[in-house]
Formats: sequence, C-alpha cells, structure tokens
Amino acid sequence: MDLDSLYQEIILDHYKHPHHAGLRDPFEAEVHHVNPTCGDEVTLRVHVAGDKVEDVSYDALGCSISQASASVMTDLLIGKSVEEAMQIHQTFLELMQGKGQVEPDEDVLEDGIAFAGVAKFPARVKCALLSWMAWKDATSQSLRSENS
Amino acid sequence: MEGLLPELEVIRKDFPILERQLAGGFPLVYLDSANTSQKPQVVIDTMVDHLERHNANISRAMHQLGSESTEAFEAARDRVAAFIKAPSRDEVIFTKNATEALNMVANTLAWATAELSIGEGDEVVITEMEHHSNIVPWQLLTERKGATLRWFGLTEDGRLDLSNIDELITERTKVVSLTWVSNMLGTINPVAEIAARAHAVGAIVVVDASQAAPQLPIDVVASGADILVFTGHKVVGPTGIGVLWGRREVLESLPPFHGGGEMIETVKMARSTYAGIPHKFEAGTPPIIEAIGLGAAVDYLDHIGLDAIHAHEQAVTGYALEGLASVPGVRILGPLDAASRGGAISFELADVHPHDIAQVLDSRGIAVRAGHHCAKPAHARFGVQASTRMSSYLYTTPAEIDALVESLNYTRSYFKVS
Repeated sequence: MDLDSLYQEIILDHYKHPHHAGLRDPFEAEVHHVNPTCGDEVTLRVHVAGDKVEDVSYDALGCSISQASASVMTDLLIGKSVEEAMQIHQTFLELMQGKGQVEPDEDVLEDGIAFAGVAKFPARVKCALLSWMAWKDATSQSLRSENS
Repeated sequence: MEGLLPELEVIRKDFPILERQLAGGFPLVYLDSANTSQKPQVVIDTMVDHLERHNANISRAMHQLGSESTEAFEAARDRVAAFIKAPSRDEVIFTKNATEALNMVANTLAWATAELSIGEGDEVVITEMEHHSNIVPWQLLTERKGATLRWFGLTEDGRLDLSNIDELITERTKVVSLTWVSNMLGTINPVAEIAARAHAVGAIVVVDASQAAPQLPIDVVASGADILVFTGHKVVGPTGIGVLWGRREVLESLPPFHGGGEMIETVKMARSTYAGIPHKFEAGTPPIIEAIGLGAAVDYLDHIGLDAIHAHEQAVTGYALEGLASVPGVRILGPLDAASRGGAISFELADVHPHDIAQVLDSRGIAVRAGHHCAKPAHARFGVQASTRMSSYLYTTPAEIDALVESLNYTRSYFKVS
C-alpha cells in the first residue's frame, strides 16, 4: 500500500498550515457537517456577494485529509463566480469518486490534484469531501435565502 | 511474561486468519478484537458441517434433518447457558446482536404493565461511558414515555463517578443500565455494587456485557444483573447472533416484542396466546447456523478457561500500557493499571489524527480502530473528538504489541512530529 500516494507533501503542508482557517464575518449561511462514521466535523460559512464567492471560512476538526481538503478548497473557490466554483466542485467530486482512475486537471484543481491518491482509499474519500459538501450546502442555502 | 496463555502458539494456529499476509508482505497484526474477534477453525467447521450435513429449519420440521437441526440449535443454548452460568437454559434468548437485545429490553419495557411499567416521574439511569447502543434506546424510551434519563459521570482517570450514587439511584429509578467493561476506556465497572443499590430501590439492572463476555468469567447471578446481553462475534463466534439473558421472573413479566411464528402458544383471528420463555422472544426463523457457531465458540473459550484468558489479557494489556507510554506524545484514555481494565486501550498521539495513525499502521499490517468507537459522550467527556484504539485478545502476542509501538514511532516520524 503506497502511503506516499495518499499523503502527498502538498496535503501535509496544507494540514500543518491551513489557508483561510477560522470563522469570519460577514456571511449569509453557516452549516455544520459531520462524518457520522468517524466523527470528523466542520463548521463552514459562506459570504456570497452578487454571483461571487467573496469568502469561505471554516472551523474543522479531523484528520489530515479532511483538514487539507478544506484548506485547498478555500484557495480554489474564494474569488470565483458561484458558477465557476460549482464547476470546480463537480470536477473535484468526479476525481474523488473516480476510484483512482480519473486523471486530475491541474489547471482546474491546482493543489487539489494532490487528492488523486485519496481516491484509491475508499475509506478516506468521505474525509476529503466533508468540507466540499458543506460548502455546497451553505452556498445553496445562501442562494435560496437571497431569492426568497 | 507472566500470565500469558501457555499454549499461545497452539492457540494462534486455531485461528487461520492470523496467517494472512497483507499488502507489502506484512503479516497481519490484529489489534481490533474489541470491534470483532477472529474465529477459530472449530467455529468455522461447526457452521460448515451444519450447512453441509444437517441444515433444516428448527422446531417445525418433522423430519430427521429437522430434529438434528433443532437439537444442535438447542444444544447451543445449553452451551451459552453454561458459559454465563445461567440458572436455567430457558432464560437464554438468542437475538441478532447486543444492540437488538438492548432495544428489545427498552421496547418491551415501554409496553410493560404493573411493576415494570415506566412513565412520567420515573427515571432510567445509565452512564457516560456507554456505547451508543446503551444510550439511544433509553433516550427513545424515556422521551416516548415522559420519563427522565440520568447518568453517572466519569472521573478523570476514566472510572464511574459513584460519589453521587445515592442521589442518582432513588425510589424514582426504574432501570439502571450500564456496561460491565467500557469499549473505549477499558474500565471494568463495579456492577454488583451498583446493582445492590439499584435493587435496594426496586429498580431492575441491565448489563451490557459485550466487552466483558470475551474476557471475564461471567456468572449472571453473582453479577447482580436482572438482564445481561452480549454479542456473539466478540466471543470468537459469528456475526448475526447475540444473547439476552434475563431472570425468569423479569422475562415472564415483560410482554412479547416481535410477534410471529414460534413465539405463540395458539393463534386465533381475534387474539393469540404466547409461548413461554425463551420462545416468547424468538419469533420467526432464528439465525440457526450462527447460534450453533456461537455454541462452538463459547465451548472453545470455556475449554481454554476464562480465568486463563483474563490473565492473558491483563498481561498483554499491562505490556501494551508500558509500551504506549514509551512513545512520546501518547496520552492514554482510561485507567492506567491493567488490573482494573479490559484489553481495549484508546489513546491519542500528539499532532497526528487517529485516522492518519490507523492509515499508517494499516500500511504495516496492523489493524486498529480509529474514531469515536460509538462512544461519543465518553470522548466528549475527555475533550477528545476521536481516538485510536488497540484491542487485544487471547491470540495476541507481546511481539504484536512491539510491532504497534514501533509503528507508532514510525508514524511520528512519517508526519514529522517533533
């Protein structure tokens, strides 16, 4: 079993020095997601202005994969349009659900390509997706409240 | 090392899976027995033999195979009764697992009348170190009946805080339900002492022996329990089979739960009458092969002797506690003396998350559990979100503990912990 394909340097760097960590104001939606099997948790806020992802802030408890994934995600999504961000979300989801058969697109996923190895460890895919699912949920909530 | 099973190498040969080589050519080091134990050849063979030569439904087939199958199934009940020193074989009820057994107790109590009935003003007492399966059924019961759920807290060193026992267990208490051995902290609880207090106020005592049955000699009467449950797969038996033992008077006072075949005396369209125990609580075709496998499993443990297994577990646990303490940054959750705990040791390793520890250990063939071990409140009590748990059993060797300790040091270097 190739541990190094799972724990890429990029992942360990993000784990030790997470980007955009902490909860910030302003925000339109806040969600709390839990991985019930292992107990990993994330509280995540989104600030969307117009159609732009102005900020994603979070407080996460969990393993290196889940923590690094939150960090990489905020790098990728902050500053993008909601539509672009949703596309990146979809690309990351396809990579993680690809059982290690999907070739990652560095232009789209940047540091996120380091998670290609995680897709080969089915037990860890949920770790990598925790904050991404939280972001999608929070963003949908913020868009719904904007439209109502 | 004193206390180890003298025939350890022979015992290991009884468990074919222990010869597994894992990815990278690493031999299996199985330290997850509190999760599920491995199975000896005799359990596997007994189940296969039954399927190959005797398979038939029980208690309702009037042919030779039917009577062979019934005989084997009921013989398994006898073996389980002997294993826990039940006064009567009729008090041994087969369930799917300990979770089902606990839920059966909580749900039949919801329908109980007279002395066992539970309602507003009544209280159920549990503890903060319970497995979720001994918390949630009681939450459901008390919420539905308007009763109150209370619990024993824990001391810093992972024992039950009994300082307020007289305030907790009062004349309002109807049920006290607790684990004998904690699946997370390893703590062995003073069940008989708590049961005596519960009985003094007229409460019934439910004991979750899922972690106790594998490693402590059990005498249900001496334990003080009115009801005691455990699961088959942790006592070297198969999954899909558990045991609910209850004192005859309690079981006879509880109403039936599942209705169906086998649990009846007679059925008319308007109403039915019910069979006596144990069949009253065993509606439908039971897990026959699994029960027979469990019979072989407890026979195997009885043959080695629970006193000897307990001594082995204590020796290995003591050795593991020392070994873990030698790893920088390890914090053990639960009692630190082997004499007052079982063979499950949960710990933290500074700056490495349990999932990451388990992943690195797995890459070296070592199987442990990482997460909350279905004991979130006990983790929360110690301000811990998740932990790593190693759990030994009668086939665990000191060399396997050495491999764990060495790999934890490797884990620290892999994650560059300074």
